[in-house]
Amino acid sequence: MSIFLTKDSKVIVQGMTGSEGTKHTTRMLASGTNIVGGVTPGKGGQSVQFPAFDGQDTAISVFGSVAEAVKETGADVSVVFVPPKFTKGAVFEAIDAGVALVVVITEGVPVHDTAEFFAHAQASGTTRIIGPNCPGIITPGESNVGIIPASIAGAGRIGLVSKSGTLTYQMMYELRDFGFSTAIGIGGDPIIGTTHIDALRAFQDDPDTDAIVMIGEIGGDAEERAAAFIKENVTKPVVGYVAGFTAPEGKTMGHAGAIVSGSSGTAAAKQEALEAVGVKVGKTPSETANLMRAIMQDLSK
Amino acid sequence: MDLMEYQAKTVFAKHGVRTTVGEVVTTPEEARAAAEKIGGKVVVKAQVLTGGRGKAGGVKLASSPDEAEEHARAILGLDIKGHVVRTLNIVPAAAIAEEYYFSFLIDRANRNYLCIASAAGGMEIEEVAHTNPDAVAKISIDPATGVDEAKAREIAEQAGYPADVLDVAAVEIAKLYQVFVTEDASLVEVNPLVKLADGSMEALDGKVTLDENADFRHPEHAAFADTSAEDPLEAKAKAKGLNYVKLDGSVGIIGNGAGLVMSTLDVVAYAGEEFGGVKPANFLDIGGGASAEVMANGLEIIISDPQVESVFVNVFGGITACDAVANGIVQAFELLAGRDEHVSKPLVVRLDGNNAEEGRQILDNAGLAGLERVDTMDGAAKRAAELAAK
Repeated sequence: MSIFLTKDSKVIVQGMTGSEGTKHTTRMLASGTNIVGGVTPGKGGQSVQFPAFDGQDTAISVFGSVAEAVKETGADVSVVFVPPKFTKGAVFEAIDAGVALVVVITEGVPVHDTAEFFAHAQASGTTRIIGPNCPGIITPGESNVGIIPASIAGAGRIGLVSKSGTLTYQMMYELRDFGFSTAIGIGGDPIIGTTHIDALRAFQDDPDTDAIVMIGEIGGDAEERAAAFIKENVTKPVVGYVAGFTAPEGKTMGHAGAIVSGSSGTAAAKQEALEAVGVKVGKTPSETANLMRAIMQDLSK
Repeated sequence: MDLMEYQAKTVFAKHGVRTTVGEVVTTPEEARAAAEKIGGKVVVKAQVLTGGRGKAGGVKLASSPDEAEEHARAILGLDIKGHVVRTLNIVPAAAIAEEYYFSFLIDRANRNYLCIASAAGGMEIEEVAHTNPDAVAKISIDPATGVDEAKAREIAEQAGYPADVLDVAAVEIAKLYQVFVTEDASLVEVNPLVKLADGSMEALDGKVTLDENADFRHPEHAAFADTSAEDPLEAKAKAKGLNYVKLDGSVGIIGNGAGLVMSTLDVVAYAGEEFGGVKPANFLDIGGGASAEVMANGLEIIISDPQVESVFVNVFGGITACDAVANGIVQAFELLAGRDEHVSKPLVVRLDGNNAEEGRQILDNAGLAGLERVDTMDGAAKRAAELAAK
């Protein structure tokens, strides 16, 4: 088991014929993802050859719309690689076609566009969004949707949720001897489709996840709210890490949402909130990994 | 990007919000001329991207052009919370009857929009919310339905604006919502929104934050950038398309991915405690797929920072594997030599992740002067801090 993504997930790639889309479709196929089609408006009816998991070439059909792709393939997951300008339209299309999970990799999406497509997804009641500006989600050995390198770590019983892409990779690498049930990069934009809380809830309910690593960063109060959620709802061990203790006030640190405004959104406040509910917070990524390692060793006793 | 008051009011005016943009000046003489042009009493207002201007002496009423010039002389050059006043906004003094607070912003927690409004205006809204929370209305806005005049009137009522201004407030609020969405603002704040003696309403001040991710549909927003206040290294990095923030320490930092770089700064500061408080000199994220050229550009910016004593390159090989990154570093040294720039500061490199061994081998074989390899992030941070402290 895993959360949000399994070996049965049928995945389409919006923007598959673009350079990023093609590169990452190749990588996703190589890590075993069941990609059933691509979507590029105006290019329906074409197909693209990719090297597949087993070394054989595979032809992936291109559809002109998400609706058509869903009708023909039964796809239930879409991963979006289209440029920021077209992202809102692409996500609306996926929601309207009833796709259950839409993973938006695109960086630089205007926050009003995200607010609109998130509202549309909520209204639909059927679509979960992950991202935007995120590395995606991987259930090692089953499916990999996005840009997380599948070779970092294999399947295991740790759940990982992170605002940062490279810190996701770093943490997976450090804990590769244990492996992961699912790892999700939720992205660091001000509005995101899946939050720490959504992932924590799903990991708590997942019988194949034993413990959870949660990586946060400066900006907003998502970590504080996650802490409150953990207190009430999470019985599995959670280890945390927060980046940005040295970030100056008022400066955006790479991610659009990573900004300390006045006295709010600081790393110290987030650490304090997490520690107050019993979450062990590491000072560095390596120390955080060691905290989780100790928990996993205890659990296996 | 945060806009100055006069810029915010210019944007308001574009959408028909009642406001007075007035005159924008940069010298006391211009301030006098502006006051003469406007006639009567004027207000001389410092244009800085920070709050608390009034308390800092940055807003003054002048009864004559002489006085306007005098105030301008006093305010120009004033340091308000680290922001030096270079620009003034001269506006006619308004006949204010009442002051209110109004704003639209992105609600990160609820993932929609939030309107905050209060009949108590003119002071910091955080203060009002603290001392008299009932006086502050917080109204959630659904991005799918937005704010029309009917919704705007509801907002004005909930905010406790008096009955006689509800109609006119509704009109202004609906227009402010248009500013918020069509200009891709993440914040539109009017404090104070005033009722004038004649019963009309006006945005007497304005604070707007524009979403830079939406610049592609607003080429006109580029004109708002305040390049005079920019740090020269940040400006240089921006021109090269680098994601760089200048800090005040001595360990130059290059990494891939915003989260990893933020984490690197923390780990360096933490390790630096041992060496008399060594701190990171900058944030620089060269991204997931960094080429040799990007690495060279990044190194060039960092070594041109006179405060930098050592450089820490912290890369986790993901999509771009470590061997490619190592080749990038080697080529970056060559590129810099070609530009007659040399890496004169010690460089600590940590490569981990995909093809880490191959990458390390490439660096070892290249034998670059001043480059040290350390395999762990914590160890490399410590070494970089130690080198900076020497």
